[in-house]
Amino acid sequence: MTTSSISQSTRLPAIPRPSIPWVITFGYLFVMLLLPVAALILKSLTLSPAEIWRIATSPMALSAYEVTFVTALFAGAINGLAGLIIAWVLIRYEFPSKRIVDSLIDLPFALPTAVAGLTLATVYSNTGWLGSLLAPLGIKVAFTRLGVFVAMLFISLPFVVRTVQPVLQEAEREIEEAAWSLGASQWQTFWRVVLPPIIPAVLTGVALGFARAVGEYGSVVIVASNVPFKDLIAPVLIFQRLEQYDYAGATVIGTVMLLISLLMLLAINLLQAWGRRYGN
Amino acid sequence: MVTKTKSIKPDTPPATTAAPESTGWQKLTKPLLIAFVILYLGLVLFIPALNVFVQAFSGGVGLFLKTFSQRAFLNALWLTILMAIIAVPLNTVFGLCAAWAIARNKQFPGRTLLISLIDLPFSVSPVVAGLMIVLLYGRNGWFGPLLEANDIKIIFAVPGMVLATLFVSLPFVAREVLPVLEEIGPEQEEAAKTLGASEWQTFWRVTLPSIRWGLLYGVLLTNARAMGEFGAVAVVSGNITGKTQTLPLFVEEAYKQYHTEAAYSAAVLLAGLAIVTMVAKALLERRTGLKTGAGH
Repeated sequence: MTTSSISQSTRLPAIPRPSIPWVITFGYLFVMLLLPVAALILKSLTLSPAEIWRIATSPMALSAYEVTFVTALFAGAINGLAGLIIAWVLIRYEFPSKRIVDSLIDLPFALPTAVAGLTLATVYSNTGWLGSLLAPLGIKVAFTRLGVFVAMLFISLPFVVRTVQPVLQEAEREIEEAAWSLGASQWQTFWRVVLPPIIPAVLTGVALGFARAVGEYGSVVIVASNVPFKDLIAPVLIFQRLEQYDYAGATVIGTVMLLISLLMLLAINLLQAWGRRYGN
Repeated sequence: MVTKTKSIKPDTPPATTAAPESTGWQKLTKPLLIAFVILYLGLVLFIPALNVFVQAFSGGVGLFLKTFSQRAFLNALWLTILMAIIAVPLNTVFGLCAAWAIARNKQFPGRTLLISLIDLPFSVSPVVAGLMIVLLYGRNGWFGPLLEANDIKIIFAVPGMVLATLFVSLPFVAREVLPVLEEIGPEQEEAAKTLGASEWQTFWRVTLPSIRWGLLYGVLLTNARAMGEFGAVAVVSGNITGKTQTLPLFVEEAYKQYHTEAAYSAAVLLAGLAIVTMVAKALLERRTGLKTGAGH
């Protein structure tokens, strides 16, 4: 697509001439993004369709997709609800150390995932601060699928908070007061007046968090036991295939994951467009 | 943090919860929600974060210093810094060019597609990113034979790690600068050009000063990601101790070898990096918040 948009630029006056920033932008994107993506897709196309299907739907791959997507969906949904409440509390209420809490929300963006995995594995192990409280109840977190879930909760936490906060900030309080003065209860006001405009932001945040959780590797590989059919996620499976020099296996599963990321990217763009329409 | 529930009571000016008739249940909403937030963040974020520091210093400073004198550790530290030294300038130049090209040309075919493409590294799994680089530069990859003939090693070596780092930290500067450029608009730049400034002068004297905070934030995020990347670098590096190991890889390796204290000594350095990033972000936000507040 780079070459086409550049060559068109000589014909259509609306398009700028290829100046230095354009050359750098397209050249860099071509080498850094398009070439690697093309290498992955074309490499998987060198296999026969039957072979691709066999690898992509092998029992171990199917189980890895299930662990990855279902766990990420749960993490996304929980963070959707919790993130909405956190954003609400940070925007609407005053309490001591609120600013510190607000800035710490970004921790999962800034903390390297290996550190997150390390500390979650310690804290939620049977002898850890939180794991030892759950162990008597028969709940094991570290090195189980629950550990994968906690790691995904951690890394996808900021997304919903950060997408909802600006929308809540801009929401006009007068409309809520109008709803109250017209006799709506607090609950009705929330459901009918406050919630509808922030739904696109919540869904965008959930989708961003879900996409992040689906691709997560660093924290999960440390906190999980990575046993197939138990808590093995798709990115770890790709890694293991590569370690075994099974390039075909890694490539096919990698392509499946890439295509899903592209679909997620499309969904996120559509959600954001919906949110902008709502805002206007 | 525990004192929170006590100090909630004094500040209940009806401004925030001006519901016409507050029932008992409604009065409880605020403390309950705040308690939920603190509990949830505590379990998922605060306690795990605190644990990094407690574990790192529980063995005393001696153990801590012992890790710091290990060759493998020092090598990992240097490689981590090297990743940032290379990735930050390259992705900053790209980010500035891309943001400027997109912001100053409102209509061209594929504009939305281009923005989505820049976002791609955010949604692609780091492992898939690493895999793509292996398929391109590895022994069986597209450029494999060519590289082998010229005796250039990219995969299982530092250049591959740099490429992986560049990939995952590519969007940050472009993403932070683009909205700022769109908001300030082209008027000042056009004025500078009419007054005879060259494009280069316009960039340095007009554009750069007005985007500096957004740019700085983008650079900070690029730096944090470049130093902290794990998955993509793990795939391409081969994780050779003392050779192709960055600090995040050192953390995992040490943990797997049951050198927990070494893992935490390295982890606390990376956590320190995260704290610096977040404090700088908070300062930047206060600064820009004040700026726009005073300007308008």
